[in-house]
Amino acid sequence: MSHRTPAGRVHGLGSAQHGVDHWWGQRLTALALVPLVIWFCISLVGLVGADHATFTKWLSTPGRAVTMLLLILATFYHMKLGLQVVIEDYVHSRGWNITLLVLNSFACVLLGTASAFAVIKVALGG
Amino acid sequence: MVEFNLPANSKVGKGKTVNSANGAARTKTFKVYRWNPDDGNNPVVDTFVIDLDRCGPMVLDAIIMIKNEIDPTLTFRRSCREGVCGSCAMNIDGTNTLACTKATEDVSGDVSIYPLPHLPVIKDLVGDMSMFYAQYASVTPWLQADSPPPEGQERLQSREDRAQIDGLWECILCACCSTSCPSYWWNGERYLGPAALLQAYRWIADSRDEATGERLDALEDPFRLYRCHTIMNCTKTCPKSLNPAKAIAEIKKKMLERR
Repeated sequence: MSHRTPAGRVHGLGSAQHGVDHWWGQRLTALALVPLVIWFCISLVGLVGADHATFTKWLSTPGRAVTMLLLILATFYHMKLGLQVVIEDYVHSRGWNITLLVLNSFACVLLGTASAFAVIKVALGG
Repeated sequence: MVEFNLPANSKVGKGKTVNSANGAARTKTFKVYRWNPDDGNNPVVDTFVIDLDRCGPMVLDAIIMIKNEIDPTLTFRRSCREGVCGSCAMNIDGTNTLACTKATEDVSGDVSIYPLPHLPVIKDLVGDMSMFYAQYASVTPWLQADSPPPEGQERLQSREDRAQIDGLWECILCACCSTSCPSYWWNGERYLGPAALLQAYRWIADSRDEATGERLDALEDPFRLYRCHTIMNCTKTCPKSLNPAKAIAEIKKKMLERR
């Protein structure tokens, strides 16, 4: 039972003075992902049944490698922003909230970096 | 955390059934949520069968008839009975709306009546609006200008500028939109909700107001504004056919514009 007034609860800690960059970033990456994902799906269909050598040769052209890197960057940045909102929306226990937000950031950076490294390694003939 | 189940003391039981139709030709069954803070019991849904030929056309008419003729303890808010005051907002047939403008005949089957969702219930159909009003007050819903009004006359506005606040000034603050919004249910302490944001935009869009920057500053927050995920329940449920979701989108566009 709290005796804080409704006005006190609404004013809370004040305005965080940010939010528009997160919102805009999520929309920009969503827009970028439309052509990137279509390209990715068409490419995958074209590569059905290909062996490892065919795939690495396919990926090692600069255009494809760069497009794949852009797809990875946009995907994991979008995922980080989106999951962050889901956690903020639904997880209200302070401990769980901060833990999951940290894990989300770390996981997205880790997965994104590992994916990018794999593409670069293949593209540079590793 | 999101609550998927009602707390034990909120589980709704079955209440009494009263048939006041006395074998009338045209009857309607109303299932009304009841909760009394004084008796310590869980909420129940009472069933009232009413003679439609003795009752006015709107759901509010039926509720008033129940209170006048069957159960005077039934508690609800109402005032203007013509969709202007916003007092009789409640959840009818699964949708938040005004009991005074909702025609009984538009509901197929039994008419279920609950208080607005996710507000603390004070009694029966009366919800606690304190947070809702505090949120409205927090957007400083009045004209703010450093320039004094022109000598001896009102602040002028062109027809085009005046048209900018159409679809905004008509809001009657009934809270149907905010209480229909899942984002407001889960984060009602920090998210201002569609009603307060539509009202905030009403002043942002007003050509006579000079505090647009300060207004946007106060809203630039991941929770106050950006908990809107364009679910659109607000626009769908608004009994005045306004579009709070569009007003929120316009605020977001203004945020981007000044970045």
